[in-house]
Amino acid sequence: MKPLDPRLLRRAREARVFLGASVLIGVASGVLIVVQAVLLAHGIAGVVLRGSGVTGLAWGLAAVVAGRALLVWAQEVVAQRAAAAVKSTLRRQVLEHSLKLGPVWLSGERSSALTTLLTKGLDDLDPYFARYLPQLVLASTVPAGVIGWMATGDLIAAGTVLITLPLIPIFMALIGWATEARSRRRQHALAVLAHHFADVVGGLTTLKLFGRAKAQQAAVRRVTDQHRVASMGSLRLAFLSSFALELLASISVALVAVGVGLRLVDGKLGLETALMVLILAPEAYLPLRQVGQQFHASADGVAASEEVFRVLETPLPVRGDRTDVPDLRVTPLHLYDVTVRYPGRAEPALDGFDLELRPGEVVALTGPSGAGKSTALAVLLGFVEPERGVVVAGGSAADEFDAVVWRRQFAWVPQRPGLRLGSVADNVRLGRPDASDDEVRLALITAGAGELALDKAVGEQGQLLSGGQQRRVALARALITDAPVLLLDEPTAGLDPGAEATVVAGLRSTGRTVLMVAHRPALIAAADRTVSVEARELVDA
Amino acid sequence: MIKPDRRLVLALLLGVAAAGSSVALLATSAWLITAASAQPPVLLLMVPIVAVRAFGVGRGVFRYVERLVSHDAAYRVLGETRARITGRLEKIAPGGLTSRRKGDLLARLVLDVDAVLDLWLRVLLPIAVAAVTAAATVALLALLLPAAGAAVALAVLVACTVVPWLTARTAERAERNLAGARGDVAATATETLLTAADVIAYNAIDSVLDDFSRRDARLAAAERRSAWSTGLGSALLVLCIGGATLAALVLGSTANITGAVFAVLVLTPLALADVLGGIPAAAQLAIRVRAALARVQELVDTPEPVTEPTDPLPLPTGRGLQVKLLRVGYDDSDVLDGLSLDMPAGSRVVITGPSGSGKSTLAAVLLRFLEPRGGEVLLDGVDLARLEGDQVRSVVGLLTQESHVFDTSIRENLLLAKPGVSDLQLWKALYRARLGIFVENLPDGLDTMVGEHGAKLSGGERQRLAFARLLLADRDVLVLDEPTEHLDEETAQALLADLFAAAGDRTVVLLTHRPELVPPHVTRQLVCLT
Repeated sequence: MKPLDPRLLRRAREARVFLGASVLIGVASGVLIVVQAVLLAHGIAGVVLRGSGVTGLAWGLAAVVAGRALLVWAQEVVAQRAAAAVKSTLRRQVLEHSLKLGPVWLSGERSSALTTLLTKGLDDLDPYFARYLPQLVLASTVPAGVIGWMATGDLIAAGTVLITLPLIPIFMALIGWATEARSRRRQHALAVLAHHFADVVGGLTTLKLFGRAKAQQAAVRRVTDQHRVASMGSLRLAFLSSFALELLASISVALVAVGVGLRLVDGKLGLETALMVLILAPEAYLPLRQVGQQFHASADGVAASEEVFRVLETPLPVRGDRTDVPDLRVTPLHLYDVTVRYPGRAEPALDGFDLELRPGEVVALTGPSGAGKSTALAVLLGFVEPERGVVVAGGSAADEFDAVVWRRQFAWVPQRPGLRLGSVADNVRLGRPDASDDEVRLALITAGAGELALDKAVGEQGQLLSGGQQRRVALARALITDAPVLLLDEPTAGLDPGAEATVVAGLRSTGRTVLMVAHRPALIAAADRTVSVEARELVDA
Repeated sequence: MIKPDRRLVLALLLGVAAAGSSVALLATSAWLITAASAQPPVLLLMVPIVAVRAFGVGRGVFRYVERLVSHDAAYRVLGETRARITGRLEKIAPGGLTSRRKGDLLARLVLDVDAVLDLWLRVLLPIAVAAVTAAATVALLALLLPAAGAAVALAVLVACTVVPWLTARTAERAERNLAGARGDVAATATETLLTAADVIAYNAIDSVLDDFSRRDARLAAAERRSAWSTGLGSALLVLCIGGATLAALVLGSTANITGAVFAVLVLTPLALADVLGGIPAAAQLAIRVRAALARVQELVDTPEPVTEPTDPLPLPTGRGLQVKLLRVGYDDSDVLDGLSLDMPAGSRVVITGPSGSGKSTLAAVLLRFLEPRGGEVLLDGVDLARLEGDQVRSVVGLLTQESHVFDTSIRENLLLAKPGVSDLQLWKALYRARLGIFVENLPDGLDTMVGEHGAKLSGGERQRLAFARLLLADRDVLVLDEPTEHLDEETAQALLADLFAAAGDRTVVLLTHRPELVPPHVTRQLVCLT
């Protein structure tokens, strides 16, 4: 593990400013530590050997203590502010990149693992900034000054420290090497645990149905216990390295103290120098020891930041940047021999599919469940790259065009609409943010949801609306766009026949091109023609 | 909710031994050096020399063991707490959970319950170790020179009371804002990721991100505000240690003590920096931990949507269901009022009505997920309120339009309904749900993983898997809430025919807005909700 990931400095300007400030504070701290030791040693030796007073010296010491307190405070403030800024920068970057990677990538990447990363995972950067990095800076400034000053008084003690001190970074490297994989595994275990919780909570109703919910208490106990055993395994090793480190530091201090004591007896050293060496010796090891103490907390932070960079460095899908998408109001759309295979599935989700969609016509896509009807819509939206075949508009392949401009040609009603927290009107306006209240109302009426008040709360994932209402709000969201082509995935599922007739009439009245996945006879009958997607014979016939 | 582990006491003792060694190392070294400067015979210095070396070794050893013991104990406490909370949640769901934001709920469970770990490892143990060790050090110094002991005691007292109080007090307000903002950011991130496809399709990435950044900026601002207070405690601590050292220096310089004792008096307080250094961070964390645990408590205290009877009646043998003048609803409004129904054992009841007319609410009452506000539901003449929920659900099964499929294998998803049954029975259930050939064609068969929320299955496949699960559970009353919603016409009709056929002499309550899909030969009672 690198003590400081250069990518962190590159991605977040705040981290660079912070590092600069920390170096200044670190150097000042080193100077004050030496001054304090010199004053204390001089004071004690004066009293012991000469019986002199300490009044003047006490004032100097008070000033040094005040200075150290000020530096400690400044360091914490700078670190916390830097951590807050860096986390905020990374959160936005991760979310933005995830969205640009698209729904298929996101479905593979568990959304709850990403949520954990964006919250708990990144919060692990707090100790990294507040404790680890400042100590790292102190560890590279303070010992040099301390040993240098010790050398002016007692070369042998300075030599002892100089020989043992470099052993600590060697241990540090060993710790880093040994715990990196462990820490990664712990991060993974954390995500698995979060996911397990999410699954249990999401499925509690189902578990209760089968009288299995009560058993979950034991299951959670078992899973967390496994997590404990795994964590203890990694901690035993991690603590062992820091044990060696602590031991080395405190034994070295003992060695210096005993050595200095023996040389005092021989009269080779003065008391004042000996005391100065004794006070300074622990200070030489302290920053490194604290780096070691903070190492495990910060290793989580480093693992989290690497997880961040793993997301950020996933390349975005390659698409063209042409913006001259043909107007689908007048240009037909073709799918030739389109085949899609999702990762991990042997059977293609859509196999050799051909389609011509002429402007203004209403086409029903039929076929049994799982034949690839929804996948055909996903191909048109550019969510999935076909393994074979091509989507063509006006003589150009769809992937030559910029994705955003291409998607403006389409409005989509998915099988399970993703409604967002807010009002009904907020959700409809996802289709056109500047739509007026009257336009929103009109879209809702056309979608057969005229009874819904604009300010009606939708709830998270639409849970304050019924399934049918959610679909009609999603339909209104599609209708309010200027998109010439509507892609509808079972737009009337969950509706009673009366509401269904209203929706079908509403669709017809817009005059737009419609490609809809349809199961019901009423909806199929409303189409100009029907295209059947071939079954894969997966659902038993 | 949180039950401590007795291993924590051992951790405390080991922690005090480690911190004590650290203080003793500096104290004995100071004594050794000052005594040596008088150039006594080396033999007289043997005891302090051995002591210095022993304390040098002891600190590392005690610290290592203490860390292992304390982490093990804290993880045990965490596991127990998580299990208890799951147990409590089981009583609250689904009725008590619907109004909560799920992202918020998850953030609560995973983040807030983790606070238990911090409570012991980073708050209570460090403070206890520091307090005990500092008290022992003060006692030692007071023996050498009472006045210096009193001065150091004052500094330690400030470090153990005012420092944490100041840290906690100044941080508390910012932290309160932080927890809310943090939950908000987590919930918004979850929602954004769950609705990603819609957001991308409507080219709304920028506006959604801007909304996220606005919420995120509130969190970052709250974190920056709390930064000002973080350092105050640490700075005060530096002043305490410095003050104690100064006091010992000034008081000791005029006292009638030996040089060695004087050096010990002045230098020992320096070692307290190491001992007390963790207090500000612990105090700051304590606020966060307390807030998190309070939120956990709030979740734990959510009223149960259904009151289980204290003295449940035995499950009656008959399977006839009667609904009498049922009134039920959510919040301030009633969804159903005055509904009466008779569903004799083995009957077929089709309940229809427009979206939102209360079909799913009726299903929740029949499964005892929801308590009626008026009227009653009788099973063989016994009010459901007199039976435990699990008793009722051992008789009544449910298939909804969006059944939860767990992120595990097809086999595990099925075994949930009836643990321990043979593969043969699993295959039978799959074939009766018309999913057998599909599963046989999968490379991993029954061991195929279905993904998060069954994402690797199509809507129809998910539904059939849930149906197979219900068949396997073998309930006498089947409540089917729009079971064919995501299926095409032909398959839906065939599935319903299979469902009714497979039901045999079981009672079937079908809730649907499309009663025309029911096979014509099924004798059924048709009820229309408005």
